[in-house]
Amino acid sequence: MSGRIELRGLEKSFHGPSGPIRAVRGIDVRIEAGETVALLGLNGAGKSTTIDMLLGLLRPDAGSVSVFGRAPGEAIAQGAIGAMLQTGELIRDLSVRELVAMMAALYPAPLQVEEVLELTGVAEIAEQRTQKLSGGQTQRVRCAVALVSNPELLVLDEPTVAMDVEGRRAFWTTMREFAARGKTILFATHYLEEADAYADRAVLMAHGRIVADGPTNEIKAMVGTRTIRATLPGVANEELAGLPGVSAVERRGEAIVLSCSDSDAAIRALLAVQPGAHDIEIAAAGLEEAFLELTSEA
Amino acid sequence: MGALVYTRYELLRTIRNRRFFILSFGFPLIIYLLVAGPNRGVHDINGTGLSAPLYFMIGWASFGTMNAMVSCGARIAAERQAGWTRQLRISPLSTRAYFRAKVLTAYMMALISLLALYAAGASMGVRLSASGWLGMTGLILVGLIPFAGLGVTLGHLFTPDSIGPVIGGGVSLLGLLGGTFFPLGHGGFLSEVAQYLPSYWLVQAAHVGAGGSGWPAKAWIVVAAWTVAMSLLAARAYKRDSGRV
Repeated sequence: MSGRIELRGLEKSFHGPSGPIRAVRGIDVRIEAGETVALLGLNGAGKSTTIDMLLGLLRPDAGSVSVFGRAPGEAIAQGAIGAMLQTGELIRDLSVRELVAMMAALYPAPLQVEEVLELTGVAEIAEQRTQKLSGGQTQRVRCAVALVSNPELLVLDEPTVAMDVEGRRAFWTTMREFAARGKTILFATHYLEEADAYADRAVLMAHGRIVADGPTNEIKAMVGTRTIRATLPGVANEELAGLPGVSAVERRGEAIVLSCSDSDAAIRALLAVQPGAHDIEIAAAGLEEAFLELTSEA
Repeated sequence: MGALVYTRYELLRTIRNRRFFILSFGFPLIIYLLVAGPNRGVHDINGTGLSAPLYFMIGWASFGTMNAMVSCGARIAAERQAGWTRQLRISPLSTRAYFRAKVLTAYMMALISLLALYAAGASMGVRLSASGWLGMTGLILVGLIPFAGLGVTLGHLFTPDSIGPVIGGGVSLLGLLGGTFFPLGHGGFLSEVAQYLPSYWLVQAAHVGAGGSGWPAKAWIVVAAWTVAMSLLAARAYKRDSGRV
């Protein structure tokens, strides 16, 4: 299927207890067919609202959505979109196989049920009733439900939140195989590592706006700063600010905190000029801090 | 094709939910046996011209079938809370097919309840002609249409926690005002009001069973008006309910 996905000037507000909440404040995104794109942002950034508008579950206050040249409702009626929504349990009183088969029957060109059960690792529990599954098993079945529809566009809203490390790895392996069939995947996440590892491109959202959009390695460089924390009394901030790789210095009592664009260069330089520095910790800055920085600049 | 498969699995799910399945026809059946049993010799109950076993058979069949129809709302409420309704909305299953499956499932439950009460009635000496049974059943099935709309509407308005009392209270009230549990008598305010309720005309279906002439025009108008009103409400409730619960 040719074409692309286009979100143009999307806006959405909700009624809150203290006036309207502007969840999405005018965003433009264009996704080419075959791309895997991460929608990256903290909770409350507007990711789920954006996805709901993309799926036609919410009507935008302004702007438009086009999925391969069609309105969302039309694309859905033709079975072009599959999704794993953020919240979701399964309906009870069906076996896993029956549930997946039921969903497969609704789509024009589904994948083989058995193939999907294998692919998502639920073949062993195919005869179990859906209400008897563990949380991790439920997630895998939800993934099977989304995949069996064999959509051109697969939308995943924080798909790995309830998964353990093993489950996460298996999930993304499955998604990679699916993407390799030329499918378009859009997934929302608040894990930078997930965006980095599995997406071609990341779109960063904060406070309902897009603050960055580009290849994941660029995005990672933008937000992937590290901090060095060390106990180092009696040294002026200015002495440290000039060190290579250091972008900001902050003093917290006996300790100093260096925000670094290049923590390797910074730690070498720091130890060369201040050998007395001790209790050193180097940590990746949280996505939260990176976002704060980006949004304050925007 | 897909819609048929969906309907088939909906029916299967309903039958597999054993507690829901057995209670929904077992409860009215047991009460019928308790109420009609001691009065099985009464041939004209409170001037209705109907024997007690027939009158109560239809009364409890109306209650049982009304309850079965409206209870589809409880299942909808549970599916909404699970997020399943949203999952279906992003599938090619049309709104029409979704409603059809829900209404068919409700009718299946209603029919089972009806047949159970017929069997109990027959065991207490209710004897009707074939056309009597068929005519009565036909009118009851028509009279149930608005209750399907009511069930869908409630299912999209209430949460699983609150819908139980809403359905129980609503069906009991409609039953009480419609003369389901005891005859309303003639004249008086209550019997005037009752004629505008769809539940009243379910009970009146008994008259055609006993050889009467079926529903008057008024009955058809009342049932049609409720059907239109409930369908509009159901469509509106479904449309407004696409958000996260």
